[in-house]
Amino acid sequence: MTATDIGDRVAGRAAARRRPFWTIPRRDALVGYLLVSPQLAGSVLFVLLPFGLVVWYSLQEWNVLAGTFEFVGGRNYEKLLADPNMGAVLTSTALFSAGLVVLNLALALTLAILLNQKLAGTTFFRTLFFSPVLVSLVAWTIVWQFLLQGEGGVNGLLAVAGVDGPNWLRGEGTALLSVVVVQVIKNVGLNMVLFLAALQGVPRQLYEAAHLDGAGAWTRFRRVTVPLISPTILLTSIITVVGSLQVFAQIAVLTQGGPGMSTTVLVYYLYQQAFQFRHFGYGATLSVLLFLIVAVLTLVQWRMRRKWVFHES
Amino acid sequence: MSRRVKLALYGALCALCVPFVFPTWWMVTSSVKPISDIFSFPPSLLPGRWDFASYGRVFELQPFAQQYWNSLYIAAVVTVGTMAVAAMAGYAFARIRFPGQNALFVVVLVGLLIPSEVTIVPLFQMFHTAGLTDTHWPLILVPILGAPSVLATFIMRQFFIALPGELEEAARVDGLGRFGTFARVALPLSRPALGAVAIFTFLHSWNLYLEPIVYLSTPANFTLPQALTQFVDAYGGPMWNVQLAAASMTALPVLVVFVLAQRQFIEGLAHTGLKG
Repeated sequence: MTATDIGDRVAGRAAARRRPFWTIPRRDALVGYLLVSPQLAGSVLFVLLPFGLVVWYSLQEWNVLAGTFEFVGGRNYEKLLADPNMGAVLTSTALFSAGLVVLNLALALTLAILLNQKLAGTTFFRTLFFSPVLVSLVAWTIVWQFLLQGEGGVNGLLAVAGVDGPNWLRGEGTALLSVVVVQVIKNVGLNMVLFLAALQGVPRQLYEAAHLDGAGAWTRFRRVTVPLISPTILLTSIITVVGSLQVFAQIAVLTQGGPGMSTTVLVYYLYQQAFQFRHFGYGATLSVLLFLIVAVLTLVQWRMRRKWVFHES
Repeated sequence: MSRRVKLALYGALCALCVPFVFPTWWMVTSSVKPISDIFSFPPSLLPGRWDFASYGRVFELQPFAQQYWNSLYIAAVVTVGTMAVAAMAGYAFARIRFPGQNALFVVVLVGLLIPSEVTIVPLFQMFHTAGLTDTHWPLILVPILGAPSVLATFIMRQFFIALPGELEEAARVDGLGRFGTFARVALPLSRPALGAVAIFTFLHSWNLYLEPIVYLSTPANFTLPQALTQFVDAYGGPMWNVQLAAASMTALPVLVVFVLAQRQFIEGLAHTGLKG
């Protein structure tokens, strides 16, 4: 053994005794930061920064066509409150979202219950009910635009039943209803699949026990099924409410917000003001309003979950 | 279950599925009907005469092949990109301990409350300033990194939290590093959740409409949803047969892929952390 060998060993032992900087927790933390960094950078650049900007823009009088950009404080918000269209826009938005959410969740749950029966061919029907989810949104909308005409397929079907159908997309009441129904049929399959998975997770013994205790079908649904699938109801309801406030393409293709203002929901109005009339400042103000509605509805649902969402353990 | 109940159930299912199936069926069959037959009333279920002329017109009136490619490659890049970003962030938030973790997660989660429609005006302005309007960059970057990917990250995080940790611990004891554990052990196990993320993301990108009409102005850059609405005659009336042919070409490939792979599709969707 030479002197240098011994020297190397002593140095090595000293290094081992000194705690290395890159301990396992530190290395883990570094990997953690690296893994979240793309999402985090994206959130800052494409969510938080634009959100800050939208609030800032909402305080400006900014008309791209006229070339104005001027700080006006709360004037856009005063304009919002005084906007004669606002009543109609908020009414359409509320009716549209409420109709969409109620119809979507009720139909999704009904279909899931039907498909959860012990019946041959349920997989086949599940495929059929799910298929519109995969049809390109605008293609789906264009087909319905044709079917909903005065002389379209829907009225052809109704005529067989002896009913004289209206021109669906041209009537103030029927236009909103039509867009809701077209959108529900398009997307209800997603919620249906989530409900179906939840229903299949309910233990059979619970139904049997309830049955032995003399609970009828409705009581079993109300007291066993609903509590056990309530986490899924909460989740689908939050996603559907937020989704209903983002519906744009269907309205742009089917009705362009009409007739009158009857289908001008907030997103569509925002698009018109910002990108058709080029009022970026006022468009930003409407964006802030849209954010407030989304945030309040989401947080209220999240808060209310303690009252009715059931947690095992 | 008695025969009568069974019959009633089948009857209900058949009646309910008419509005789900008929539009697609009618779209495809009408696209091969001569224009006069499309308007027959009541509508016919099968084409009497076959006429493929409208399929040719689709490509004459618009750079449709180019537009098809645009939609396809954008959706593919966005899907793969989102899967990568969401899997990495979801894993780190679920499994790795690092200082500031909770605060950073909240920063990301805020994206769920700020849908991209809310920020469309400043995003347009940002991309306009960067000279990137009428390019595909906004349609790629914002979905992968911005608000739309937050839900994907959330799904992945929920999945990794529910995943039993023993395999990963065993891998670590065997000397695999943190990143290796993620890439070689956890990631392969997360296939169902990744599948769900892939479907959601692909459909979201494939259906995107507001963003393309805001950002894009040259027909050769258009994506399919935007292109479909451009088949109008000189008076702005829709050219139905051409529109239906284009719509069929847009819808059919996705439907076929779905029917072939539907088990993975639906079961993947059902078994994500979305179950709550």
